[in-house]
Order: sequence, then structure tokens, then C-alpha cells
Amino acid sequence: MNTRNTKVMNRFDVTSRLIGKLKHEEAVIGGIGNTNFDLWSAGHRPQNFYMLGSMGLAFPIALGVALAQPDRRVFALEGDGSLLMQLGALSTIATLKPKNLIMIVMDNGIYQITGAQPTPAASVADIVAIAAGSGLSNSTWAADEEDFERLVDAAMSAAAPSLIAVRIDDKPGVGTTRRDPVQIRERFMHGLGVREPL
Amino acid sequence: MAIAEQRTQAGQASGDNSWHGIVLQTLKRNEISLIPYVPDRVLTPLIKSLHADPFFTTFATAREEEAVGIVSGAWMGGRRGAVLMQTSGFATLANVLASLAVPYQIPLIMFVSERGTLGEFNYGQSLVCRTMRPVLDSLALEHHTITRLDELEFITDRSIKQAVTTQAPVALILNPLLTGGKVFDK
Repeated sequence: MNTRNTKVMNRFDVTSRLIGKLKHEEAVIGGIGNTNFDLWSAGHRPQNFYMLGSMGLAFPIALGVALAQPDRRVFALEGDGSLLMQLGALSTIATLKPKNLIMIVMDNGIYQITGAQPTPAASVADIVAIAAGSGLSNSTWAADEEDFERLVDAAMSAAAPSLIAVRIDDKPGVGTTRRDPVQIRERFMHGLGVREPL
Repeated sequence: MAIAEQRTQAGQASGDNSWHGIVLQTLKRNEISLIPYVPDRVLTPLIKSLHADPFFTTFATAREEEAVGIVSGAWMGGRRGAVLMQTSGFATLANVLASLAVPYQIPLIMFVSERGTLGEFNYGQSLVCRTMRPVLDSLALEHHTITRLDELEFITDRSIKQAVTTQAPVALILNPLLTGGKVFDK
């Protein structure tokens, strides 16, 4: 499906729909900026990890979690501008084929948080075609909210990594993540059962 | 031929006393099993032996910061990793060190094959090498330059344990005195 046929959705709404579906302590990695702001605003969970920098690394971080805990589903939420910084990661993931990794791309074609400048890809590139061309054959545009939810359900039991791209509007994030990196990391490790609190 | 290189070749014949054999065994003993890397000529024997050992999950990434993201995620998920790279690759890491590894207190273990010194033939490599220690020092990161085979195991083993227990990154710089380095041959 081409991006032009997809409905323009809203990041916070789509993120909230995703969180509402998580019943098995799935891990969620929120990319830099609005992507993790909306993850935070959708309701903090101990299995959420919020990035405060390192733009473009949501998928690699999620890949690491997925390789460490193959029995847990791991979601990564990334903006289109962030993904453009690290397209090579798509091929790394395609080569390793972690079936428990689900990538969600929030594509508004702009760097919303810095002043809504268009990305270099905005009018010429197709994120799903790039992902498929990188070896991630299970890559799809979500046509609308119901289709997004259906794709998430399918990804939950998929035998290969999945990428779901969502065309979103130009709205900023609903809230702001508390910027406490050590606490974010520590609580995430508790949420994943790696450590017990002191 | 450098003395270290002769030692390395003798070690390869006997099995385990090569620099790369010692690194592999020290990683294994410290339960470090996830090894993403961006390749380097000097690291090739280490990379080959890691690939050949099923204890390790060894794979190439497109960029060094991608590899840092992967081992950071793995650490949070309870699995230890280390990143292999060359000097020029380290030069791409300032942002991810300052915005992920250091502030989130992640024991990122880096092995850097040092180019740019002791016989470098590429001017760009010699320049980029000079940026490495100032970047490490500017973030007050632990780093060691390993030049001697008889110190390799001690420095590597202790540095890994310190990184894990203090939750802080470490860079282990593999100097040409240890590895033989890369020399102009054609």
C-alpha cells in the first residue's frame, strides 16, 4: 500500500491504542522527542524506556532488548526523521530476524519538535519501501486506526520482525517525559525482571 | 616484524596465547556473549574466532553507534555485550556516549583497534586518532591503551569487572604494539 492512500492519524492516539493492547509486560522503547513524550503521556509502565538523546537508536536499543529476552515481545516507537539517521539498522534487524521485535514508525514528514522543517525524505521516499528493500519483508503501512490495531495483533504472533508505519499529523507530543535517565533505566530493568529494587 | 607480532603468531600455533585468543577467553569468562562490530583488518582474527564460537552472538552493524545502542538495550535486558571497532569508528560516538551510555549509567565495553599511530600511512587516520583520547577524557571515561600481551588479560578482565560494578563505560584501546597494527604493504 502506498503512503498516499493512508489516513493521517495522531501519534498520541495511536500510541494509546498500542499501550491498551499490551497484556504481557511487553517492552516499549520510545524514540527521542515527541515519540517518547506521547509514550509517557499514554501512561507510564515499568516496561517503558524513554530516550533523551541518541537520535535514531530506538530500533537498535529495542533489538538489544529483544536479543536479551527472546520470550518477551519488544516494541520500538520511532519517528521518520530519527529512522532516517540509522537506516542501516533495518538491515541488521533483517539479518538477525528477531521475531519478538515490532517496529512502529510515526511518519509526519517533518522534524516537528525543531520547527516542523520537512525531512529530506518527505516528498520523495517511502519508509515501508525502504524497510522492505532493507530485507524486512513484513513491513506495512497502517491504513487507519483499526488497521493499525489489526497489524499490532498480527505482529504479536508473527514469526519474523514486523514494521508498521503510521502516517501522523503535525501535532506535538501531549506531555513531556521526566528527564531522569538513571531512574528511567533502573525502572526499566525492574520492569524487565533483570533487577529488584533496593 | 614486531616482537608482539611474532608472539602473536606463536600463540596462534599453540592455540590460546594470541592477543585475540586471550580477549575471547576473557569475554567468555565474564559472560559477555553479544558482540556487534564494525570490522577492522587488525580485528579480523578476533572476529573470525568469535563467529566460530557458538557461545557468542557476533554480527556486523552498519555504524558503531548502532552497535552501542544494541549492547545498551541488551544490558538493560540482562545480557552482556561488547562493541568492536576501529579508531575512526570511535570518532562517530561522542553523541551516543554523552546522551545514552554515560547519563543512563550503562557499562558499555568498547574494544578499539588503534590506527593512526606507530606506522600509519593514511594521514586522515592519524588525525582522527588524535581525537579519541580527548573525547574519552572530556567525558571522564575510563580507558586503557594495551601494548603488552602479558598485561592484556589483567587489564581486560579487571576493566570489564569495573565497568559492570560501577555501571560506567570503558574503552580498551588495542595498540599496534599488541596487535602488530596495519602497515603499508602495497
